Amino acid sequence: MIRVELVKMIRRPRTWITILMLNALPTLVAVLLAVTDIGPRPGEGPAFLSAVLTDGTLFPLAALAIVLPLFMPVAVSVVSGDAIAGEASGGTLRYVLTRPVGRTRLLVAKLVSVLAFVLLSVVVVAVVGYVVGLLLLGNGDTSGLVTGVSGSSLTSTQLVERTLLSIVYVSLSMLGVAAMALMLSTFTDSSIGAALGALAFLIASTLLLTLDAANALQPYLPTRYWLSFVDLFRDPIQWRDILRGVGLQGVYVLVFLGAGWANFTTKDITS
Amino acid sequence: MSEAHDADAVIRTRGLTKRYGPVVAVDGIDLDVRAGDVYGFLGANGSGKTTTVRMLLGLVLATSGEAEVLGEPMPRSAATVLPRVGTLVEGPAAYPHLTGRGNLELFDAMGSPRRGRKDRVSDVLERVGLTIAGDRKVKGYSLGMRQRLGLAAALLRAPRLLVLDEPTNGLDPQGIREMRDLLLGLNAEGTTIFLSSHLLAEVEQMCTRVGVLDRGQLVVQDDLRHLQAPTGRAVVVTPDGDLAHGLLDGRVESREGDRLVVRADDAATLNRLLVEGGVRVHELGPERRGLEQVVLEATSVKHQVGGSR
Repeated sequence: MIRVELVKMIRRPRTWITILMLNALPTLVAVLLAVTDIGPRPGEGPAFLSAVLTDGTLFPLAALAIVLPLFMPVAVSVVSGDAIAGEASGGTLRYVLTRPVGRTRLLVAKLVSVLAFVLLSVVVVAVVGYVVGLLLLGNGDTSGLVTGVSGSSLTSTQLVERTLLSIVYVSLSMLGVAAMALMLSTFTDSSIGAALGALAFLIASTLLLTLDAANALQPYLPTRYWLSFVDLFRDPIQWRDILRGVGLQGVYVLVFLGAGWANFTTKDITS
Repeated sequence: MSEAHDADAVIRTRGLTKRYGPVVAVDGIDLDVRAGDVYGFLGANGSGKTTTVRMLLGLVLATSGEAEVLGEPMPRSAATVLPRVGTLVEGPAAYPHLTGRGNLELFDAMGSPRRGRKDRVSDVLERVGLTIAGDRKVKGYSLGMRQRLGLAAALLRAPRLLVLDEPTNGLDPQGIREMRDLLLGLNAEGTTIFLSSHLLAEVEQMCTRVGVLDRGQLVVQDDLRHLQAPTGRAVVVTPDGDLAHGLLDGRVESREGDRLVVRADDAATLNRLLVEGGVRVHELGPERRGLEQVVLEATSVKHQVGGSR
C-alpha cells in the first residue's frame, strides 16, 4: 500500500507544481542578489543570506531558510490535509477501503507518502539552491574553506555533511505540521479545511513565540526550534536545540497521529 | 434443511440497525440474500438503502444487530470477505488525472499481485466496453463512462458477490441494456448480485428476489415470482363492453371503457364463455400485480401505522 501511495503522489501533477513554486522564491532572491549585489547586513534577514554574496555554495541553506517558515509548511499542509479528505471528497476513499485496504494501513501509507513528499521537496530546494547559487553567485572561496556562522572556517567535507544534516532536520521539522494536517484530514471531507486548520495552528505558534507573556509555553511550540539548523554551522555544533526540536516533533507526531488514528478507525465513512 | 440454507446465504443480517443521534436510519432489518440471486433492493431516496449497503461493506458501523457476508461476520472479517466482493457504491469514483487503465492498475495494486495485472485490467476494460477509452484520462469521461469504469474496478477480482448501488445511473438506453446483459451474464456464471435501486422497472426486469425498504424498515422480502403471482382476476379488453358486462353478471369488478377486470380463476374458461356469448375479445389474460403495486401497497400500510404512532 505504501508503494501505491508513493506512486499516486509522484504521478500527481500537483506534487511537481508545488515543488516548482517552492523553488521560485529562493531563485528570485538569488537573481536579485546577483543583479544588485545588495545583501542584508550580517545578522539581519533570513539566515545565511548575508554570507551567500561571498560564497554561492551556501545558498542551499539560505534557500531552505527562506522557504522554511512559511512556504514549506503551506505545501506540507496542503498535501497532508488532502491525504484522507481528498480521497473522501473525490469518492475514492470508499473504494480504497472496500478493496479492502485496512484503515490503519491506509493512514500509515498516507503518512509515509507525505514524508516522502517533504523529503523530496527539501532535497529539490537544496539542489536547486546549490545550482542557482553556484551559477549566479559563484564559488567565492578558492581555498576550499567556507566561513561558518561562528566565523571559523569549515572544510568542504564538513559543509556537505552539515548541509545533509540540515536537510534531514528541516524535513523532521515538518513532521509536526504533517501529522496535524493528517489528523484534521480524517475529521473533515474538505482538504482546504484541514490544510488551513494546520496552518492556523502554526500561525498561532509563531505568534506566541513573539509574546513575552507566553514564555512558559514557548519551549513546547512546534515552530520554536525550526531554524535551529543554523546551529549545525557553529563550531562546535550546538546540539541542544536541535535535539529538543527533534524530540518535540516526535511528541507532536505521536499525539496527532494517535488522535487521527483513533478517529479514522472508528469513523463512519459516508463520503 | 436449515444447514443447507445457511450454506447458501450470501448476505444475512439480523436486526441490523443504524442510528444517527435520534434518527433511526436503518431499523432492525433482516436481509436474506442467497447464492445465485439477483436481489433487487428497492426503496425511495432516504429510505436507508445506502446506509445498509455501507454497513454490509464495513464502511458504516452498525449501532446494533449483526451482518454476515459470504458466511462471515462483517465488519470483523472484512479482510477475508471483501476481496471476494465487487462494489459500486453511490456512483463511481476514480482519480481524474490518471487514465482509466491507470486507475484500474492502481486499484489492482491494492492487494493483488503484480503478475497478470495488465491482463486482468485489459480483460475487465473489454468486458465493460472501455478498451479504447481506457487510455484516456478519466477527467474527460462522461458519467456513463465513469459508471463503466466503476463496474470494471468491481470486476477486477472476479467477485462472488457484486454489491451495486444504482449501476445504470447516467447510462443511455443502449448502455443500460449492455449493463443488464453483462450483469445477467455474470449471474449465469454464478455471481450473486445485490442491486440497490429506486427504478422499479429495472429491478422488475432483472431481479429474482426483491427487498423493499421503507423509512429504514424492510417491509417486503420475497421472490419476485411470488410477489407477481396471479391475483385470481383476469383483464379483458373488448369493444363489446356492455354485452360482456351482462354476460358476466356480478363477476366484473371494475370497468374503464373497453377494459374490464373480471373475477376468474382460469382465463381460458373465461375466454370460451365470452366468445360463445358473441363477445369480440381484443386481449384477455390473468391479472398480475406489478412490482409498483406491491411496493405501493407495502409502503402505504406502513405509513398509516407510522402516522398513528
